[in-house]
Amino acid sequence: MTGTLLAWIDDRTGLISAARRVLEHPVPPRTGWWYVFGSATLLAFILQVATGIALATAYVPSSGQAYDSLKFISEQALLGRFLRGMHFFGASAMVLLIGIHVSRTYLMAAYKFPRELNWLTGAVLLLLTLALAFTGQLLRWDQSAVWSVIVGAAQAGRAPVIGPEIARFILAGDTVGGATLSRFFAFHVFFIPALVFALIGLHLILVLRHGISERPKAGDPVDPATYRQRYDELLRREGVPFWPDAAWRDVVFGAAMVATVALLAIIVGPPDLGPPPDPSLLEAYPRPDWYFLWYFAVLAMAPHHLENIIIVAGPLIFGALLLVVPFFNKGERSVRRRPLAALLVVFIWTMIVVFWVAGERAPWSPDFDVPPLPAQTVGTNDSTVVAGAKLFHDRGCAFCHAIGGIGGKRGPDLSDVGDRMSADQITARITNGGPNMPAYVRVLSPEETGAIVEFLSHRR
Amino acid sequence: MDAAPHADAATLARRRFLSRLSIALSAAAGAIVGLPVIGFLFAPLTRKAPRVWRAVGRVEDFRVGETVSVRFEDGSPLPWAGVTARTAAWLRRDDASSFTAFSVHCTHLGCPVRWISEAKLFLCPCHGGVYYADGSVSAGPPPKPLPTYPVRVRNGQVEIETSPIPIV
Repeated sequence: MTGTLLAWIDDRTGLISAARRVLEHPVPPRTGWWYVFGSATLLAFILQVATGIALATAYVPSSGQAYDSLKFISEQALLGRFLRGMHFFGASAMVLLIGIHVSRTYLMAAYKFPRELNWLTGAVLLLLTLALAFTGQLLRWDQSAVWSVIVGAAQAGRAPVIGPEIARFILAGDTVGGATLSRFFAFHVFFIPALVFALIGLHLILVLRHGISERPKAGDPVDPATYRQRYDELLRREGVPFWPDAAWRDVVFGAAMVATVALLAIIVGPPDLGPPPDPSLLEAYPRPDWYFLWYFAVLAMAPHHLENIIIVAGPLIFGALLLVVPFFNKGERSVRRRPLAALLVVFIWTMIVVFWVAGERAPWSPDFDVPPLPAQTVGTNDSTVVAGAKLFHDRGCAFCHAIGGIGGKRGPDLSDVGDRMSADQITARITNGGPNMPAYVRVLSPEETGAIVEFLSHRR
Repeated sequence: MDAAPHADAATLARRRFLSRLSIALSAAAGAIVGLPVIGFLFAPLTRKAPRVWRAVGRVEDFRVGETVSVRFEDGSPLPWAGVTARTAAWLRRDDASSFTAFSVHCTHLGCPVRWISEAKLFLCPCHGGVYYADGSVSAGPPPKPLPTYPVRVRNGQVEIETSPIPIV
């Protein structure tokens, strides 16, 4: 009975046999676990669409009300906290997985003939994923989001000639205000996902057209003249049906990914809402979400004279690199014969991790909440030294310099500065400042400087 | 492509005309829909917010030499802007009758600088920019001094003129 019904549907639509052809199309043998990251990225996107639609039914995309609706979703709506958590960790998974997927295809040179356009559509999908991540962070419309919009606009403003126009386009006007959030919402929810759907469709059509790339072998270069013929022979000789011989790994990995995202959503939960999105509240510590934290560090640590180049040319160079990769479409695929490719991937991931750790510590940020030094650390009753220690805290020295583990990390630790600098040297440094230190002659009276120098000379 | 049937010269010319006509009509229909959409998206580039004077307090509310944050409303707040219509400035009373209003936006990347009165410095929480009391850069990545906003006294009220977020 079911069989007859299915046969009838297939006769009238052709969908079932088409799906079967796709599912059972032969793929190269021994593809293994390295091939699961693309499908897992797709699954993460589907997860984002589902949880995103649910959240959109309660979220109010209005600059004045989004914050309250987020509070409602997080604190009162049934499953709201869980769905926000899923959407956050789903986004994290999607960013991470597409990063691994692009690294894998690059390391295995799967972009070579005839799959150049698989790479290019994937590269655009990578950029769109990052755009979704950025706009999505902003929809968590709290204080950090507002300042992230401004920081984003200020970065765009560095572009030559059209910079200020791009900045106005991002802010939707002269300042953050009523128009800003609605636009980000429309981009995050309609425009970018529509492009992603279209490009995923194209990406998958290309995957089916050219087949999944076979495992690379050292000493077996790609030659466009013979590649297709050899690939077809490989499939005829050793090909296995995609479903279930290869697909089971995608399913196992994908299910594990969804379970992990759900567990994190339950155990860790979504990021807390910060203070309200009021640009007149100046006690703010704007920080991007983890996937952009490394770039936040790049912006802090870049040499000042190279900064414009890094902000403007950096993303362009990154885009150009993604664009030119598939034009090197012949030759060896095995990473053993492409040591530079391996080095590049290791380099990029190392840079991201190193900058990410730096962004997490943010030693360049002043420590506004540093407490006064305890008497025990000051370690004497000498009135000048005690007065110096108080000034050291009150005049903001401690925002950037630590003593005995208390204080900022921007400047050198001064716990034992008396050992390495004379009183004259300390005076000169305080008076004149340095590359990253204000000249305190404009802040302190000579008596105050004297007291601080006395206190610091005492540190040994 | 397979050869089309009845491909005599007149039919070919007719087909060529019909395909050109169809393409042109499709493009026109697309433009009718697409151009207003693009124009709407880029409208903020042509729409300048009016600059208006906002009162931030009476002259006697401020002590000479002190720098405090004041909040006021944007030039043209939309009805649904809520708290996002607010903005702030660091206002200093220089003497009996003159004031200076500094932007709260770090010239590095726009983060909110804080005035630390004891240290007489503006500090930025994002990438560690520091400015002296007069707004000049003293340390860190900022490329320019803190901008100032026009400020005036009218009928005993201190007024600041609304301005766009300074984009370097």
